[in-house]
Amino acid sequence: MAIAARKTNAGAPAKAAGKTAAKSAAKGLAKAIPNVPTFTRDEELHAYREMLLIRRFEEKAGQMYGMGLIGGFCHLYIGQEAVVIGMQMASKDGDQVITGYRDHGHMLACGMESRGVMAELTGRRGGYSRGKGGSMHMFSREKNFYGGHGIVGAQVSLGAGLGFANWYRQDGRVSMAYFGDGAANQGQVYESFNMAQLWKLPVVFVIENNRYAMGTSVNRASAQTDFSKRGVSFGIPGEQVDGMDVRAVREAASRAIEHARTGKGPYILEMQTYRYRGHSMSDPAKYRSKDEVQRMREEHDPIEQVRGRLTREHKLGEDEFKAIDAKVREIVNDAAEFATHDPEPDVSELWTDILREPAQA
Amino acid sequence: MPIDILMPALSPTMEQGKLAKWLKAEGDKIKAGDIIAEIETDKATMEVEAVDEGVLAKILVADGTDNVAVNTPIGVIAADGEDASAAASGAKAEAPAPKAAPEPEKAVAEAPASPVPAAGAPSVPAQVKSYDASSEFPAGAEVVSMTVREALRDAMAEEMRRDADVFVMGEEVAEYQGAYKVTQGLLQEFGARRVIDTPITEHGFAGIGVGAALTGLKPIVEFMTFNFAMQAIDHIINSAAKTLYMSGGQMGCPIVFRGPNGAAARVGAQHSHDYAAWYSNVPGLKVVMPYSASDAKGLLKSAIRDPNPIIFLENEILYGRSFDVPKGDDFTIPIGKAKVVRPGTDVTIVSFGIGMTYALGAAEALAKEGIEAEVIDLRTIRPMDIETVIASVQKTNRCVAVEEGFPQSGITAEIGMKIMEAAFDYLDAPVARVTGKDVPMPYAANLEKLALPNIGDVVAAAKAVCYR
Repeated sequence: MAIAARKTNAGAPAKAAGKTAAKSAAKGLAKAIPNVPTFTRDEELHAYREMLLIRRFEEKAGQMYGMGLIGGFCHLYIGQEAVVIGMQMASKDGDQVITGYRDHGHMLACGMESRGVMAELTGRRGGYSRGKGGSMHMFSREKNFYGGHGIVGAQVSLGAGLGFANWYRQDGRVSMAYFGDGAANQGQVYESFNMAQLWKLPVVFVIENNRYAMGTSVNRASAQTDFSKRGVSFGIPGEQVDGMDVRAVREAASRAIEHARTGKGPYILEMQTYRYRGHSMSDPAKYRSKDEVQRMREEHDPIEQVRGRLTREHKLGEDEFKAIDAKVREIVNDAAEFATHDPEPDVSELWTDILREPAQA
Repeated sequence: MPIDILMPALSPTMEQGKLAKWLKAEGDKIKAGDIIAEIETDKATMEVEAVDEGVLAKILVADGTDNVAVNTPIGVIAADGEDASAAASGAKAEAPAPKAAPEPEKAVAEAPASPVPAAGAPSVPAQVKSYDASSEFPAGAEVVSMTVREALRDAMAEEMRRDADVFVMGEEVAEYQGAYKVTQGLLQEFGARRVIDTPITEHGFAGIGVGAALTGLKPIVEFMTFNFAMQAIDHIINSAAKTLYMSGGQMGCPIVFRGPNGAAARVGAQHSHDYAAWYSNVPGLKVVMPYSASDAKGLLKSAIRDPNPIIFLENEILYGRSFDVPKGDDFTIPIGKAKVVRPGTDVTIVSFGIGMTYALGAAEALAKEGIEAEVIDLRTIRPMDIETVIASVQKTNRCVAVEEGFPQSGITAEIGMKIMEAAFDYLDAPVARVTGKDVPMPYAANLEKLALPNIGDVVAAAKAVCYR
């Protein structure tokens, strides 16, 4: 399935145009969006910087894993940067984010510090979880980032729970629950879809379809490969989005978040994206061809697309790009330096954070 | 400064590998992200990506070289504008990246205070103090007789009046008024936003409850029985119990999972399982299993106020039993404290939940034969108030532990081990246990009766440890 800009409204409350779009999608006909939304120069620059930070951070994490500084599992987000950045560009302060184990990009996009994320990867005391969580388990209450979850699909129910809390408090917040094409087949996803729609919870389900659940391609694992339709039986509207184009992502995200925020209930966004690296660092990625990866990198790279527009339409010069690149590299190098030399947690940390002390009545 | 490209590792355990192929030649321009080489082990192949940009100034390890140690420099990148030839000749291998500054050696941090000596150390029993429960329920306090069911309902209603963040969710908790009528009247008083009927999807609604709790709300999640919580146990263990630790203390999870647990009557193996031992095994949880109505009320109120995930195990047979409960809505019982329910001198009988019916019944029977049993209700399984048990054993020198659950890895097994660790020298007989039989619960009335403990079993065990 080629990544094409097409969309469909699979839910019951389809708009006038939604019906035909759904029909064409059902036949598998890619329908190009005639008017790809445009970004201002500042928006393009913002997207470029943010995506580049994730890309360079992940490259550095991969390198540090190779040097033995990062242990355990390490799942890189390279290639998928436009998804979380486009989503964040459409969200508001106070909205919550929750995701699975491929989570470094989401944390950076939420505004968490590179140092704290990298130091958690190296298991040091300056990490977001003081070295006790690792790559897959990081949180920031301050930035409304609710993890970082290592159990495939768990974040979908938990994310619906964040939406439930917003509904309970009626505070106008929206929760964004990210999961992959693999997690989309978990049973609890559908239990959560049902309750989210039943109670009209303000939650956007973001399915990052990167085409491979570890080493199993979508076609080998999913009876219905159009993930935007996974909410149809619950009446949850869904769209397929070109997840390599940050503008398309933000456009769809704005629609979905608005829907959730105005009390209409959940919304599903299938982000058609691609991960360049293996499932984890120890994955040799023999299940797909090098040509496939190379073609995606050359023709659809989310960062190169923005760079091209900045060059052509906004006349950004080589020196300006160099300055941005240098700044990003400086942040990443500083994070790596910090995460390499920060001490391991104090041994007393073994026994902390197991239970909280109850407040005295 | 020229930059070394180091031999990467495919996994933390990899020590060396083969440099299979260079994809760039000396003098080639390199961008960050370019694949520059491939390495192989017996298990996998991996591409080496450049992290820095510049020119591949020199290849230090040639194509096809076997047994290249991890972190060996395999090539040199000269930065933009740098003289590649100068870099190549001048580059020398840097030491691998430094590890973290080593911490000064410290003794492993102390475990939470416990009367138990360090592993391997000889048992040096000290006199341990028993928890005094008399202040919980002062003599002369005004009491009212109520069922366990009513006590649980009142506890929830009082806490919901006290704190708007507390809500109840579960199957049939609202319109139906509770499958066992424990939530009777709550919908009428608190409305549909705070008393929420869920679909029959335990995995999903447990996850939703935990997600809400992570934001600071205080859900009471009712399971129609804990047998069905098996569908939700992933969220109870992996999401609720572990997140505080994994988040370095940021994400607390103030949630109560409650409902009937263990055998009811004639409902078969899938509806009769006692899960006390399962949840008791998990750090990050507190596990409460009350027997009396006053403990049920006081402990449930404490559980709702507690900032941690609590497993609150009730019992269908006990729901309808009546006990005296102090009047007023300020009555709480601390979690983690056992109670000496009946003082005695000859043998300690420890139990909890419905096991208390056998323990108390046996104590009465034993008294008629001149054996004075001290009966302790643990009330909380985790953290376990073993001090109160030890203090009693130091007096009686004999102990029988009673539970309805299975024997292997059960709560009574844990009690026996803890007594051995802390009070071995006080024992005049091995600790005995009375448990449910090691079989799935049968349906037939006669077989079910055989599978459960009874008063006679406890009497026999007590006499055995008294050598009578």
